[in-house]
Amino acid sequence: MMNLFKIAIRNLIRYKRRTLLTASLITIGVVFVLVFVSITVSFKAMMIGQITDSMLGHFQIHRKGYVASIDNLPLNLNMKPKAYSKIAAFLSATPAVEAFSPRLKFGGMFSNFTETTNIRLNGVYPEKEFQTVPLLTSRISEGKKSLERGEIMIPTLLAKGLKVKLGDMVVIVATNADGSVNGKQFTVSGILESATGPGGRDGYIHIEDAAEVLRMPEAEVSEVAVRLKDFSRLPAAVRQLEGNVSGEVNKEGKPIFEVHSWEQLSPFFNIARMIDVMTFFIKIMLIAIVLISIMNVMIMAVYERIREIGTIAAIGTLPGRIRSMFIIEGFCLGVVGAVIGDILGSVFILIVNLLGVRFDFAQQKGMLLTATLQPADLLTVSGIVIVVAVAASLQPAIKASKMEPIEALRHV
Amino acid sequence: MALIKAQNITKDYQTEDVVVHALKDVDFEIEPASFVSFVGPSGSGKTTILNLLGCLDKPSAGHLAIAETDVVGLGRKESAAFRGKHLGFIFQDFNLIPVLEVYENIEYPLIMVQNVVPQERKERITRMLAAVDMTDQAHKYPHQISGGQKQRVAVARALVTNPALVLADEPTANLDSQTAYAVIGLMKKMRDDFGTTFIFSTHDTKIVGEAEVIFRLEDGRLTGKEIKGGAKP
Ligand SMILES: Nc1ncnc2c1ncn2[C@@H]1O[C@H](COP(=O)(O)OP(=O)(O)OP(=O)(O)O)[C@@H](O)[C@H]1O
Ligand SMILES: [Mg+2]
Repeated sequence: MMNLFKIAIRNLIRYKRRTLLTASLITIGVVFVLVFVSITVSFKAMMIGQITDSMLGHFQIHRKGYVASIDNLPLNLNMKPKAYSKIAAFLSATPAVEAFSPRLKFGGMFSNFTETTNIRLNGVYPEKEFQTVPLLTSRISEGKKSLERGEIMIPTLLAKGLKVKLGDMVVIVATNADGSVNGKQFTVSGILESATGPGGRDGYIHIEDAAEVLRMPEAEVSEVAVRLKDFSRLPAAVRQLEGNVSGEVNKEGKPIFEVHSWEQLSPFFNIARMIDVMTFFIKIMLIAIVLISIMNVMIMAVYERIREIGTIAAIGTLPGRIRSMFIIEGFCLGVVGAVIGDILGSVFILIVNLLGVRFDFAQQKGMLLTATLQPADLLTVSGIVIVVAVAASLQPAIKASKMEPIEALRHV
Repeated sequence: MALIKAQNITKDYQTEDVVVHALKDVDFEIEPASFVSFVGPSGSGKTTILNLLGCLDKPSAGHLAIAETDVVGLGRKESAAFRGKHLGFIFQDFNLIPVLEVYENIEYPLIMVQNVVPQERKERITRMLAAVDMTDQAHKYPHQISGGQKQRVAVARALVTNPALVLADEPTANLDSQTAYAVIGLMKKMRDDFGTTFIFSTHDTKIVGEAEVIFRLEDGRLTGKEIKGGAKP
């Protein structure tokens, strides 16, 4: 075995230039994939973080049917306080849950006493909301990073449009579930930068105030946003909670609640999916590069060494050995390309991070891109390259092992 | 007991339009430890018969037994194994493995064909290097030594596995006559030291004189057998 490697490596060194060219082609492919994967993965993680941490939460629970008509913010599809307390009990008992925030959502009229416009509002418990969507505070461009009763945080576009400033008095008017109309005065305590995605241009008030505007004796809940301790456990957590809440049925035996992860609630999920698809195709390209370049080199190697193959076959080398000899040569070429590619790729990514590449995403300006290279990515990419290198050597190696010694020896 | 028994060997080559009868009804026996040469003009069938004796090809008809093995019936892999165990080869253009040093070339069949343990491997290679007088050049690559030296290494490689029979098709064709004699002399000395049977082909009439048993081939037929003094019949 050692000897097979020795012969393979010496043969690679014998054709230095060709080996170098092929190895660098593979290296370039590996570097490209690693850089692409690490940057897109980090970009994706940051985007998802922006969306989940600034308003969506990791997943949400609604009363059955709410999400289907979420655009109208239907008051008749809210959870009653008793139903919510069941959800709250489930969530409190789930160790994976870091925080959750009940929201009472409604649409209303916003007036600065001279002009009036539409507004979508979230009635929240400020503490809980800030814990569940920690980036919300960073969206507060003016004003204090808290919310008391009688105060309102409004989106910046609304503030600009109606020329409302911090500390101004405004009126919120809303239609209640029974069809009557009610209004309440609020003090503007914060201006919010918009965020991308659903709910990115909503205002916030205290949930008790919302209940008062809507004339609810006790606050009902439209949605519960949930934050997990470990985002990567999301699918498992959603499954578990779906299991828990599916036991809750109404008089007709239909489930009362529904659970949606951020992917089902945000259109950005499609972009994330596209990034995955692109990564997949880039990897296919790498496979093609390795396959074609190694196959090409190995076909040439076999062709050039027909007489050598004839010699070793004549003196009794078994076909299997001859096959291994060429497969190992392809394997070594793959390993060299992968290792150099891994090293250069890591260095390149380090440089990208040291330079500090900044980019804008929607309303978020100057986000710092920190490309992280997972050891798992290094291993997969190297693994793919080496497996493909071996696969590409297979056909030439088998051809070599099937040569008839006398014909090979006669070859000029 | 004869080392080789060839009975009514025929070899036909089917080319596009005609059948070439390369060997016609050839019959002979070769005793162990002989020093044999097949001679004849170009196209007489020397290479063909050496390929058959080397188990690199199969006769179209006839029986061929080497070391009491019917080699006609061997499969591809069995043939390879038989060659590795019982036969050694010396080629016209030396055919050393270019990426291996002299020492490693001689070592090759001990590792890749047979499975000789390192200690014994080293002893045998050292002995062979000394026998072919290449000890000083052990760590040179084939492209760094002369043709005669290459053929000496090839002799060592053929003999290191202790084969019963070494086949050499025109081993001296690419050497000047002085070196050719030296190589044939070396082969004879090896026969004396190790008792290995050597069969070589040549059309050089002077080199033929070195053989102890001479088979003459003409147009695919065995036309004469000469036994020189000292050789067993
Ligand atoms: N593979 C083959 N296909 C067809 N005919 C062949 C083949 N090999 C040899 N022959 C023919 O068989 C006959 C014997 O050839 P062989 O090579 O044995 O001669 P040789 O005595 O070794 O000649 P030389 O001294 O030129 O090497 C020749 O007529 C040759 O043309
Ligand atoms: Mg010939």
